[in-house]
Amino acid sequence: MSAAVAVVPANENVVTRVVKMQAFQILLVLVAIWIVFALLAPAQFANTANMRLIAQNAAILAILGVGMTFVIITSGIDLSIGSVMVFSGVIGAKAMQWQGGDGWSTAAIGIGASILSGLAWGLLNGTLIAKAKIPPLIVTLGSLGMALGFAQIITKGVDIREVPTVMQDEIGYGNVFGQVPVLTVVALVFVVLGAIVLHYTRFGRFTYAIGSNEESARRVGVKVDRHLIKVYALSGLLAGVAGVLSLAQFNTTAIAGQTETNLNVIAAVVIGGTSLFGGIGTIFGTVVGLFIPAVLQNGFVIVGVQPFWQKVAVGAVLIAAVYVDQARRASAARGGRSQFSLLQRWGSSRSANAGQGEEG
Amino acid sequence: MTAILEARGLSRQFGQVKALDGADFDIAAGEVVALIGDNGAGKSTLVKALSGNLAVDSGQILFEGSPVTIETPMQASAMGIETVYQDLALAPHLDPVQNMFLGREVMRPGLLGALGFMDNKSMRGEAQQAFDKLGATVRSLTAPVGAMSGGQRQAIAIARAVHWANKVVFLDEPTAALGVRQTKNVLDTIRRVSEQGVAVVFISHSMPHVMEVSDRVEVLRLGRRVATYRTQDTSMEQLVAAMTGAVGESTPADVAEARAEKEVSA
Ligand SMILES: Nc1ncnc2c1ncn2[C@@H]1O[C@H](COP(=O)(O)OP(=O)(O)OP(=O)(O)O)[C@@H](O)[C@H]1O
Ligand SMILES: [Mg+2]
Repeated sequence: MSAAVAVVPANENVVTRVVKMQAFQILLVLVAIWIVFALLAPAQFANTANMRLIAQNAAILAILGVGMTFVIITSGIDLSIGSVMVFSGVIGAKAMQWQGGDGWSTAAIGIGASILSGLAWGLLNGTLIAKAKIPPLIVTLGSLGMALGFAQIITKGVDIREVPTVMQDEIGYGNVFGQVPVLTVVALVFVVLGAIVLHYTRFGRFTYAIGSNEESARRVGVKVDRHLIKVYALSGLLAGVAGVLSLAQFNTTAIAGQTETNLNVIAAVVIGGTSLFGGIGTIFGTVVGLFIPAVLQNGFVIVGVQPFWQKVAVGAVLIAAVYVDQARRASAARGGRSQFSLLQRWGSSRSANAGQGEEG
Repeated sequence: MTAILEARGLSRQFGQVKALDGADFDIAAGEVVALIGDNGAGKSTLVKALSGNLAVDSGQILFEGSPVTIETPMQASAMGIETVYQDLALAPHLDPVQNMFLGREVMRPGLLGALGFMDNKSMRGEAQQAFDKLGATVRSLTAPVGAMSGGQRQAIAIARAVHWANKVVFLDEPTAALGVRQTKNVLDTIRRVSEQGVAVVFISHSMPHVMEVSDRVEVLRLGRRVATYRTQDTSMEQLVAAMTGAVGESTPADVAEARAEKEVSA
């Protein structure tokens, strides 16, 4: 008996695990949507210029999505990102107006001011959530209103449209390697960094642990409050970055333009397989979740369907994604295997069965 | 033998309920003490008080002979005291290795470590060894523990506590969800751990397990210690009688002694 079987060797190979990920299943949905549009409008849809456009339009949301993924994995929510982004843009624009000039030194001041403003809102959110124990929904709903209100007070409700030309030319409309938009490259950098931090560092590990079981994280000495503050600060900081990019792309503070940003980002994160209950999620899934609305919007316009259908379709995908997540949880709680996975048969046919048999 | 951990007159009230009412407790290094008592007797509360999870209203805790206050589980950990909670306290979405090392991650050497990168490989190796030593059946080191059976989760929680404790381990009903074979593994583990000089506090409602593994039995009733027996000198009937308050004829001396001790220290 002393030599009882210890660890059953890793019985789920990488392929199986990837296939069972919601992010992967949603990627297949994205590919399917892409193929449909490519067949319907091969010339206009499936070309580099159009793909480039989609990637450029998704850039800002992707940066917000990175922060939101961290927040939702802790089982929190950040409704304030759109407003914080506007506020940061306004502060950045004001700072650049005050400095004057069209060069990089002016732009640098604006960029710094925007990012710091975003960070400040994030720290405020995090502190109220972690220390004052106010639910994240309420805190960020409050800061949503406050950040937007301050942005309107500062500008008296009139958008600032003076943005240094370097920002417009080099960031908003700049390209790397002649073809790739700078906005997309910046977003990619944040996405890759975010994924590395989430999946390979202790910061990421704590993020999952807190969302999974806050009490158990506390008991082993994880500084839960401090970590939550950092996570919301990250989300705010990234909203600040998004504010800069938005200024560069649209050459205006677009005060009224971000009212649905928070919900769009949350939808993308959730579609990508991050659980609103915390403990589960990937940056990769979020990116895929962002491209579904982006591709739908773009494709509907091209094939001549009213683009409003995009909202209907995204809403349906969102509900379906959460249904799959819930059903999977319920079945996991019963100890069974997922009955609802889109690819369940395929995914479990080879190696997973061996593992499932061990349960008891 | 001097006690490595001792409690004197611990009291803790929840509203009208006196969960602990002047409870005493002691355990020596390398000793296995079974803590028994009816549901609601205060066993879990006592363990929480001794492991930094609960503040007491009054009473004293001595560790290695000197008075201490244990305010957080981390402080207990730093003293070499680990606990397997009745609710296990695992993070269901993390895998067994991540759970075992949560809060004590092994970092990569050098710059990468300073940047927060973890050494997953060495953590996995160390965890594998810990599970092997315990003879625990863990389905997979890379699957989330929430997807595992109750017994497997319990084995993981025990392996984690035993791995980090070098002075005292509290096991709050560690065999409640286990099958025959896994139970035997846990009981074997308790013996093995105590042979290394670690004190093991074992809470259980199973008298056969208590008789099999413990050196001494402490009986808790209504928040206080009503009896303590050397396991080899007692019987299941006697233990049950002490727990329920229907004191058996063979034991008045023991109980009276325990009560008298209580009065003196109060
Ligand atoms: N946090 C709490 N709030 C209120 N009452 C509590 C709390 N914790 C424990 N109690 C009460 O204190 C008493 C002792 O509880 P405790 O959990 O220590 O019992 P136990 O001996 O571990 O029982 P069991 O064998 O059922 O695990 C019970 O009456 C319980 O209801
Ligand atoms: Mg209990």
